[in-house]
Amino acid sequence: MTATHLGMPAFPAAAREAVRDDVLRANLRRATHTIRDKRARAVTELADWDRLRAAGKAVKDHTLRHLDHYLLRLEAAVTAAGGTVHWAADATEANRIVTELVRATGEREVVKVKSMATQEIGLNEALEAAGIAAYETDLAELIVQLGHDRPSHILVPAIHRNRAEIRDVFRTEMGRWGRPAPDGLGDDPRELAEAARLHLREKFLRAKVAVSGANFMVAETGTMVVFESEGNGRMCLTLPETLISVVGIEKVVPTFRDLEIFLQTLPRSSTAERMNPYTTMWTGLGPSKGADGDGPAAFHLVLLDNGRTDTLADEVGRQALRCIRCSACLNVCPVYERAGGHAYGSVYPGPIGAILSPQLRGTGSGIDASLPYASTLCGACYEVCPVAIDIPEVLLHLRERVAQGGPVTREGIRVRIRPARGHTAERAAMRAARLLLERPGALRAGERLLSRARRLRPRRLPGPGSAWTDSRELPRPPREPFRDWWARERGGRA
Amino acid sequence: MRAALFVTCVNDALYPRTGVAVVRLLERLGVAVDFPAAQSCCGQPQYNTGYRYESEPLLRRTAEALAGHPYVVAPSGSCVAMIREHYPRIGARAAAEGRGTELADLAAGLVPRVYELTEFLVDVLGVTDVGAHFPHTVTYHPSCHGLRALGLGDRPRRLLAAVRGLDLIELPGAEECCGFGGTFAVKNPDVSAAMGADKIRAARATGAEVLCGADNSCLAHLDGTLRRAGAPLRTLHLAEILASTDTTATATEGKHPR
Repeated sequence: MTATHLGMPAFPAAAREAVRDDVLRANLRRATHTIRDKRARAVTELADWDRLRAAGKAVKDHTLRHLDHYLLRLEAAVTAAGGTVHWAADATEANRIVTELVRATGEREVVKVKSMATQEIGLNEALEAAGIAAYETDLAELIVQLGHDRPSHILVPAIHRNRAEIRDVFRTEMGRWGRPAPDGLGDDPRELAEAARLHLREKFLRAKVAVSGANFMVAETGTMVVFESEGNGRMCLTLPETLISVVGIEKVVPTFRDLEIFLQTLPRSSTAERMNPYTTMWTGLGPSKGADGDGPAAFHLVLLDNGRTDTLADEVGRQALRCIRCSACLNVCPVYERAGGHAYGSVYPGPIGAILSPQLRGTGSGIDASLPYASTLCGACYEVCPVAIDIPEVLLHLRERVAQGGPVTREGIRVRIRPARGHTAERAAMRAARLLLERPGALRAGERLLSRARRLRPRRLPGPGSAWTDSRELPRPPREPFRDWWARERGGRA
Repeated sequence: MRAALFVTCVNDALYPRTGVAVVRLLERLGVAVDFPAAQSCCGQPQYNTGYRYESEPLLRRTAEALAGHPYVVAPSGSCVAMIREHYPRIGARAAAEGRGTELADLAAGLVPRVYELTEFLVDVLGVTDVGAHFPHTVTYHPSCHGLRALGLGDRPRRLLAAVRGLDLIELPGAEECCGFGGTFAVKNPDVSAAMGADKIRAARATGAEVLCGADNSCLAHLDGTLRRAGAPLRTLHLAEILASTDTTATATEGKHPR
């Protein structure tokens, strides 16, 4: 994915910093608890939530099973409506296609609709390297971009920032990118939003090219769908002459009617809204080109693979591709709440990031090998997922890949990977424990030894054991293990 | 009725009092208890850390040791969830890897006979008032696997509410994970400790004397956190409260349970 994430420390080390940052923890706790409580209420209002969830899962599974068919159908529909479809195998190819398309317009700047796909490929950095300025127009993305920061949440990229921090970023940075913040800007949300509105307005009115992603693509009609809450996305989608949309191939749904499910489940899961505030749809080219559609004067769709086909080849892991990026799993995750989004070293943080990133990028790096372990397997993420992704199941599946190695598909080729580095001692310990537990005689001897040595119980353990004793006491071994009590008290009966 | 006790390795080695409590409780309710001595560990530590192959011999041992018992009872939602949810997966994976259906068959034979303690009491024996007496204020932490993987629902709370003398205080944010998570506690110690600290803060704020749970591994993490903090709150497995009666209550009162 993006270069900014290369060389990230593994999750435990990155999380350690976040856990010690009291302001960050307070920001995260307040925000995630507010959203999760609102989501729970919004979901309870629908009597058929379980059926909607099952329907969303079924539509996604069906589409993924026949992805080739629906993508070709989508391409035909988009082309028939006057759009141009480009296929990008990876981030480099997608960035090159978008850069060339922007260059062809002669423009040196683009406005952007908040999009996970373009973050995943590091498009802003690639455009910058080509001398093209990309302006984020989503309020939270704007805060992140102005603050030279990275997003830490899928839906609320600046969730880790409080109002005072945002005011400071606006005051110092807005002027360097365009219209400066008004004098004496305070930290009232209304004032901050107004400052952003004025700053962005000149960008909207000037822009000739916009770049977006899409939440859904309809194969039947070639329609693109973007969900957003502010209306800034709609400004980008309607004002510029050229629109370039970079969309992951898994975002396609077969028919227009399928959107009915997600129009209900996505807003409630993500922002706890009953209906999405701005749902923009466009099909091919608009009236200015004499076309029947309602799109811009020029429309390009870049279909992004970037590891998705390989993920699709994995029968357990492929369910991650059902994800509709609602971020409900982040808001209920107790690990995300403490560690924050940056610790995941990916544009996809939280539980979904912990299963998506190691599949899209492979488990070769330290951060990717640690992500499947960034969970207690508490199951809260699975419970709230509107498309029923069994995230704990995929975490276990990926842990197995890291610890044991196994078959994976890389660039379409089935290969067998070796266990990740640094697991030798753990593997030996797991094997030793298994050998002991497999022999009740040896287990019993071990338990008795523990009981005899109970007075020697140390307060601090050396080596990996210190990870327990740094913050907790060890359990007190009992005088005798249960099996000895049983033999003594009930020994006559088997 | 007869039932086999699957005590679990953590309880066997570190928390035998929980096993003893289950035996006394079930016997009081008219159940004859067997303890198949060939049992050891369900294999969850290996499986949940990614060592599926290491968990296979333990699946085999557990299923064989508990074969022939129509009811198997375990005082751990986590270990029961391992058997119910993951044994069939391990069996299916082994079969898919061309290693036959032995593990799948063992899993299929065991799964329908295994009950978490509160399931066995409420669903099989049909009791919520087990005749216990425990004159203390108690707050209950539902461990994640019992709560979500097994769907124990309000069974533990109903059992506690029927205990004479017991004052049950709701734990704020009860359904949030305590941060134990098996090897998570040592692989991600900082996040684990932060979660544990938040959990004990919530538990202490209730003013209860006892923090009750139905999984000793989670309680080991919380108890260790409490003792390191020098907090007066003590932890106790649900089985020990349910086993407690008018006669046993006076004997244990005032003493630290472990």
